[in-house]
Amino acid sequence: MKHMLTINDLQARIEEKEILKGINLDIKPGEIHAIMGPNGSGKSTLASVLAGRADYEVTGGSVQFNGKDLLELSPEDRAKEGLFLAFQYPVEIPGVSTTNFIKSAVNEKRKYQGLEALDAAQFLRTMKEKMKLVEIDQSLLSRSLNEGFSGGEKKRNEIFQMAMLDPKLAILDETDSGLDIDALRIVANGVNQLRTKDNAFLIVTHYQRLLDYIVPDFVHVLYNGRIVKSGTKELAFELEEKGYDFIKAEVNEATA
Amino acid sequence: MMDAKIFFNDIYKSQDQPNDLLKAFQQKNWNSFSELDLPSVKHEEWKYTRIKNVFTEAIQYNQDKTDFSEEELSKVKLPGTANANSLVFINGIYQPHLSTLTDGSDRLIIKSLSEASTDEDADFVNEHLGCSNAYHPDGINALNGSFAAHGLFIKVKKGKELSQPIVIYHFSDSRSGFRFSQPRILVSIEENTIATIIETYHKIGNHQSLTNEVVEICVEKAAHFRYIKIQNEGTDSNHTGTTQINQLGKSTAHAVTISLSGEIVRNNLNMVMRAEFCESHMYGLYLLGGKSQVDNHTIVDNAMPNCLSNELYKGIMDDNSTGIFNGKIFVRKDAQKTNAYQSNKNILLGQNSSANTKPQLEIFADDVKCSHGCTIGKLDEDALFYLRARGISEQNAKALLLHAFAADILQQIELEELRNYIDSLISERLTITI
Ligand SMILES: Nc1ncnc2c1ncn2[C@@H]1O[C@H](COP(=O)(O)OP(=O)(O)OP(=O)(O)O)[C@@H](O)[C@H]1O
Ligand SMILES: [Mg+2]
Repeated sequence: MKHMLTINDLQARIEEKEILKGINLDIKPGEIHAIMGPNGSGKSTLASVLAGRADYEVTGGSVQFNGKDLLELSPEDRAKEGLFLAFQYPVEIPGVSTTNFIKSAVNEKRKYQGLEALDAAQFLRTMKEKMKLVEIDQSLLSRSLNEGFSGGEKKRNEIFQMAMLDPKLAILDETDSGLDIDALRIVANGVNQLRTKDNAFLIVTHYQRLLDYIVPDFVHVLYNGRIVKSGTKELAFELEEKGYDFIKAEVNEATA
Repeated sequence: MMDAKIFFNDIYKSQDQPNDLLKAFQQKNWNSFSELDLPSVKHEEWKYTRIKNVFTEAIQYNQDKTDFSEEELSKVKLPGTANANSLVFINGIYQPHLSTLTDGSDRLIIKSLSEASTDEDADFVNEHLGCSNAYHPDGINALNGSFAAHGLFIKVKKGKELSQPIVIYHFSDSRSGFRFSQPRILVSIEENTIATIIETYHKIGNHQSLTNEVVEICVEKAAHFRYIKIQNEGTDSNHTGTTQINQLGKSTAHAVTISLSGEIVRNNLNMVMRAEFCESHMYGLYLLGGKSQVDNHTIVDNAMPNCLSNELYKGIMDDNSTGIFNGKIFVRKDAQKTNAYQSNKNILLGQNSSANTKPQLEIFADDVKCSHGCTIGKLDEDALFYLRARGISEQNAKALLLHAFAADILQQIELEELRNYIDSLISERLTITI
């Protein structure tokens, strides 16, 4: 089967500090992968490196995304190729409304794909539809982006943007943290409705709870810059029950 | 460098003799100029703005007529002001035949300063002309005053609201050489009136220009006055301008200064609150590229209690440009219950761009609320990455962020068409040079 994302021995550092120490991961269309792992293990770093954040220096390895060398692309081109990152900490941008900027984003992507820009009416229609999907209010979207949004509103806005941009691969970095039960259900529901046989999700989470709603095909454990264990949904249950100690012990034994 | 005193002496001496009031005023200013000379970098208020270097022997300063076609005016007409009262100055001299007034003489009076200083407005002229001298004891202000007799007087009559703004177009004709000009305007905004003055500047020709302007405005009781200064003259245009607004009780004054280009630009803006319950608002945006240098000096002088002032200046500097902000707030002994706020924010884009910012608060009353703050930084990298990660190109992401940064200044321009026009100038700039 065709691969969507192939990460091969990816290594990255920031300011002399090595964080990713050889990541290998394969994601095929239609799959949902979950990444779990202790704080500071490198999950957000992996997400940022994939999205193209310049602070991180890739020191080794390769990433193929739909047959293209992902690491060669600018962040905006990665997005236009169909990569989406829902940020763990969405940035507040005063003076720029979601409505306003997502319109530019959608149309820049369409232009890249050789499609006509959406006119005002078409854009509004799409927006209404996606707003319903994530149960987000118009008033929130006309406000300055994320400015003064509650934690949950920020996360919901990320999912709204994802819905608008209709990515091939969406990376959700702890989108579930800070959400109340209802919001969690709404976000999960949004993801499930956007799921097709052609797109894929990489979900970073600390809690098995989210995986009750979004059922992953694979669960990986990232520890100390490496994926040290992969399994199915059951692995998440095991982690929830036992914590990371048994994994850390396994790793330390193997490297000892 | 030229000897300015010698250079201007002949021109000063050969002026037509004005009436006694103006003659005395000019003489007083000429004496100051002779004593003070042009400010050098040693002058505390001029240390960043090397205005002395701009003056060279090449300058042309005379009041000869130029062959100015009305086409020049139609080229630069500000959008949304088709029916405005339009006043044209060429090389610092008011041109009645090129000017059009939509508001009648029951509301709006436009006449020469020499006329105003001999008729029923003579007392006003005597009281207010030169009110900015005290705040700017320097040769630049005095040099303008030495030639004030050719100035213009504007009056908005008591109890009247102007139906249209007053737009003042200043042209510098530099086709035959370095053009120096000195507009002088005295404005009386009488009690209970509402009026807006917009000033804008243009250079014709390829030589340099320097406009040294003084505008003095008195906003009387319960009057509401708005002032907009738009500077987009291009390279080789230099500017030193002082606008002073004296406020009487319960009046409001609102000023927006937009600087988009220019070689060396110095704007002095003074709001002097001479009575209780006045409100002053000062907003500024400077968006600079090339080697532009724009220096905004503002003064808010609270002399009486219960006044409010609010000030926000924002700068974006690209290439080798420099933005300078100096904001003084005086709260005098009697000015209890003063609220005075000031903020200056700068974004540096260019490798060699720079910003200088200096708030100066001098507070002599004890029951006051004052705050000030300034920032100099780069574009927010996290915000930039966030937008790019959504597929917005780096250039557009920067433009979006800079636009957002500038937006709260633009919003201060009430006239929608004018605001949109300035917005479009900014958009153009953000995609072309940044
Ligand atoms: N700018 C930086 N400078 C130095 N170290 C950094 C920087 N950014 C991240 N790190 C370090 O990299 C490591 C991995 O961080 P990362 O954010 O990827 O962890 P994470 O797995 O997402 O953790 P969490 O579960 O807490 O979100 C941490 O030790 C962190 O302190
Ligand atoms: Mg993280």
